[in-house]
Amino acid sequence: MGSTDASVAAGIVEINGLRKRFGTNEVLKGIDLSVAPGEVIAIIGKSGSGKSTLLRCINGLEVFNEGTLSVDRAPLLHGDAAAMRTLRQRVGMIFQGFNLFPHLSVGRNVMLAPTLVKKRDSAAAAEQARKLLARVGLAEKFDARPDQLSGGQQQRVAIARALAMEPAVLLCDEITSALDPELVGEVLRVVESLADEGMTLLMVTHEMSFARKVSDRLVFMHAGRIHEAGPPEQLFGAPRTPELKQFLSSIDA
Amino acid sequence: MIDFSLWDIFRNLLLAARWTVLLSLIAFVGGGLVGLALLVARIAKLRGAEALVGGYVQLFQGTPLLMQLFLAYFGLALFGINVSPWVAAALALTLYTSAFLTEIWRGCVAAVDKGQWEASTALALSLSEQLRHVIGPQALRVAVPPTVGFLVQVIKGTALASVIGFVELTKAGTMITNATFRPFTVYACLALMYFALCFPISAWSKTLENKLHGQH
Repeated sequence: MGSTDASVAAGIVEINGLRKRFGTNEVLKGIDLSVAPGEVIAIIGKSGSGKSTLLRCINGLEVFNEGTLSVDRAPLLHGDAAAMRTLRQRVGMIFQGFNLFPHLSVGRNVMLAPTLVKKRDSAAAAEQARKLLARVGLAEKFDARPDQLSGGQQQRVAIARALAMEPAVLLCDEITSALDPELVGEVLRVVESLADEGMTLLMVTHEMSFARKVSDRLVFMHAGRIHEAGPPEQLFGAPRTPELKQFLSSIDA
Repeated sequence: MIDFSLWDIFRNLLLAARWTVLLSLIAFVGGGLVGLALLVARIAKLRGAEALVGGYVQLFQGTPLLMQLFLAYFGLALFGINVSPWVAAALALTLYTSAFLTEIWRGCVAAVDKGQWEASTALALSLSEQLRHVIGPQALRVAVPPTVGFLVQVIKGTALASVIGFVELTKAGTMITNATFRPFTVYACLALMYFALCFPISAWSKTLENKLHGQH
């Protein structure tokens, strides 16, 4: 028991031998990844390399076929609704398309999950929502409708909404890809502040300079595998594999 | 020969209209509840629900309501269950309505963006919480026009219950015609009454639609 405990305790997210197939198409071909608490990981790679799928496996949005995955030592069990509910409270996610609830005000978007899942009373949830909205620079938008906000503002609301569940890990799935270029900065600044405060972050991103600046570790995915991983200076400065070299030169505009 | 005034005709039709209204209400409420239950069973991916509900929908959409009424009335009698025209009509219309509503609503749920499911799943909401707080309110907005459109069809569909001897508006109209020999007057009154039943519902649908979009 002792030795297994030690290895499990190593990471807040532990992924071992993860495989995922869509029909006959295997998109993840055995992923091993251990994420330390507070670590910021940027996942890069071509589209179709499996990086989004990997992220979506971590909170059970995708059901993987083989391997194990645990968050905070709790294994991800797909059939077990109670276990999934517990796990998802520990893992927040932010999407490319924001996915705010259009029928609810900004404040209600942030309050919904804590009141339902954590049974927080609405006064406490509202107070927390106001704090979080202030934190992402949108204190005055509490009563606004999502469709009255710009894309960057909507994405910041989505970040506040995810933080309201007080997750231990935050997954960011290309969260600036749907934004106009001038709105990217405001979202990345919020993410950077989260990283500075010690939030564990896993982000799939195309913002290479941001990944380089903020991440502790860079993971390059290619053809369903982690092809190369390490400190960003090392991967950007001295890529070892031809695939990474080619990828870096292709995005270097 | 007795002379029937227009008021006599109208009054008797009005009395019969009660049964049309009642039968419609039963079909709405019963069909709505059954339809909702079938929808949730499908969404929750209960074992076999997809195939069963799919077959159920095909069965009721693919056969005439008239035949369903006959089967409910005479078919149940074959099994030794004697049902009154009332029960048979209520049962057939409830099942018929539920089959259409569950399919209409399934489309409305499918119209809600997939990202809404993903975001609410990622926030650890359970299926019932998702349906109630995230998916339901958004599906409802799209559901109003087709639902009301179908309910108006059901009101007019209750006329078919006359074939199994149920005395509602249309049946009463036929009976009154036989007594008064004034078919045009009677059926004109009849048409007016159906219109008076259906029009307010359509109008209310418009208001509701605007309200739901307003609160968007």
